[in-house]
Amino acid sequence: MARVELVGLTKRYGQTTAVDTVSLAIPDGTYCCLLGPSGCGKTSTLRMIAGHERISAGDIFIGDTVVNDMTPVQRGTAMMFQSYALFPHLSVTDNVAFSLHMKGVDKSTRRRRAAEMLERVHMERYAERLPGQLSGGQQQRVALARALITNPKVLLLDEPLSALDPFLRIKVREEMKRLQMELGIVFIHVTHSQDEALALADLAVVMNDGVVAQSGSVRQIFNEPTNAFVASFIGGHNVIPGDLIGRGRVDVAIRADHIDIGQAAPGETSLQGTVRMVEYQGTNVHLRVRGPAATDILVIKSEDAFDRDPVNVGQAVTLRWVATAARELH
Amino acid sequence: MITPASAVVSAEQKLASTKEDDSGRDPNAPSWRTLLLVTPLTLVFLAFFVVPILLVIAVSFFNYESYQILIPAFTLQNYIDVFTESTTWDTYLATFQFCLIVWVITFVLGFALAYFMAFYIRSVTWQMVMFLICTIPFWTSNVIRMISWIPLLGRNGIVNSLLLNLGVVRQPQEWLLYSSFSVILGFIHLYTMFMIVPIFNSMVRIDKALIEAATDAGASQWQTIRHVILPLCKPGIAIGSIFVITIVMGDFVTVTVLGGGQVASVGKSIWTDLSYLQFPPAAANAMVLLAIVILMIVGLTRIIDIRKEL
Repeated sequence: MARVELVGLTKRYGQTTAVDTVSLAIPDGTYCCLLGPSGCGKTSTLRMIAGHERISAGDIFIGDTVVNDMTPVQRGTAMMFQSYALFPHLSVTDNVAFSLHMKGVDKSTRRRRAAEMLERVHMERYAERLPGQLSGGQQQRVALARALITNPKVLLLDEPLSALDPFLRIKVREEMKRLQMELGIVFIHVTHSQDEALALADLAVVMNDGVVAQSGSVRQIFNEPTNAFVASFIGGHNVIPGDLIGRGRVDVAIRADHIDIGQAAPGETSLQGTVRMVEYQGTNVHLRVRGPAATDILVIKSEDAFDRDPVNVGQAVTLRWVATAARELH
Repeated sequence: MITPASAVVSAEQKLASTKEDDSGRDPNAPSWRTLLLVTPLTLVFLAFFVVPILLVIAVSFFNYESYQILIPAFTLQNYIDVFTESTTWDTYLATFQFCLIVWVITFVLGFALAYFMAFYIRSVTWQMVMFLICTIPFWTSNVIRMISWIPLLGRNGIVNSLLLNLGVVRQPQEWLLYSSFSVILGFIHLYTMFMIVPIFNSMVRIDKALIEAATDAGASQWQTIRHVILPLCKPGIAIGSIFVITIVMGDFVTVTVLGGGQVASVGKSIWTDLSYLQFPPAAANAMVLLAIVILMIVGLTRIIDIRKEL
């Protein structure tokens, strides 16, 4: 019973509005990603939900309760900070047990519960170390254990993977998703990485300039972007001006892997261009084609498909796609 | 399972080994440039610290008579006198008392003021303004600042006439001036700043996310201070404590001006010896005091690692 709902949530810093009347419903048990470029208001939104930032206007519901003026503990939220914010003077165990200590839980109980939590994140071997003696990935797991020991209804994660190297990031992200499914609580995860959001989110919320640009399942967002910002931010899409393809003022988004090279069949749209770049990426080959009106178009072909019909830089090509692949943007 | 911890460790070791210097020279071996850089400081240190201390040590073993100030000799009599005179023990006790009281009060004041400036004043400009206000007493000399207490605390001073006029007391209060009270007041007035600055310096280095993390874990403001801020300020507290302890232990001016001959301290008794031109016993007493202060500071640095701050 811990759905999170934002109603007209607004944050103003002096003259600037960081978060502008955001409304959002996050069902119970959802892994929600707030996605957007830096300065889009995603972190401010998260910090307001966490209770670390005052709300300028609007309401936050957790379950059926308005939590606007509650402390984080009263809200039942726990936050994992971007830099992890582990207490440098306390051992791993004491860091994890900190909230129990504050609650007045006796020493043996809180040490036992901390040990259980550390086992859960596979950090029991490091229980007596100081945070400074741990690697980034280990610190991340301690921070996760510290946040989860309060049995929160909502876990808030501020760019939890950004400090990790790419390999670790993918492993940790798998682990986070598994943990969220095990616990069945709401995770709200702020990120600027599309990959991360696509991999994790049940509900993805793309934000731009303090407003929600689009929210929905990741497949919805990837396959049906409703505006040019989402289409270009989520990646793998081309935004093509409508007048180039006879659609007037209505721009369209086309997935880069839905564009093919060759003469258009009936019912297909085509566009002339010159290959500017051929980039081998392993599974796929990325082509950048300069179309009319200096429009750069990304084409992604599988290695096999590319090899059947290779092209070179400087070659004139015809791009084609089935008309239904083009999504109108507003 | 996120990642096998051992894999992380070995990856780090690999990283560390690639960083190693492969030029073949020991990077820690001092070059002539390094030596040149430390030469001026070394010379200053020798001339103004090591040599005078050695002189005082030498003099502390000298003999003296009423008609000859320094008689080169090697006698332990001066030290024996220091430890056998009953007044020595009383003055040391009084000095320790001052030191403890002044330390506690300057620590509480310094911590509170630094906390206010570090966590309640958001803008750096206002923090600077506050600091300037704190330094106003330092715009004039120590002695002038002490003397300025006299018209305030004296028998016919402002405080007494205020108390008399308000009917709080019937007689002018004698304990306000030329008493332990006025000496302690003077110390606090003069030296709280030495606590504020290093503690403030420690506090502004604390990542604000740590305070939020404490709040997130349900810590009250007091709990945050007790369990997060205070431990992280230890190096600053230690540095401030060293200032206050060394100054108060060795002080003789404040005790003279505000104690008015009624209050004893080790520094004052050394100064009295000197005024009677009894240099060897003064030197012996100074050595004993120096040893005690060094022991106190060593003890303090054993408890708190100051290097974290530097």
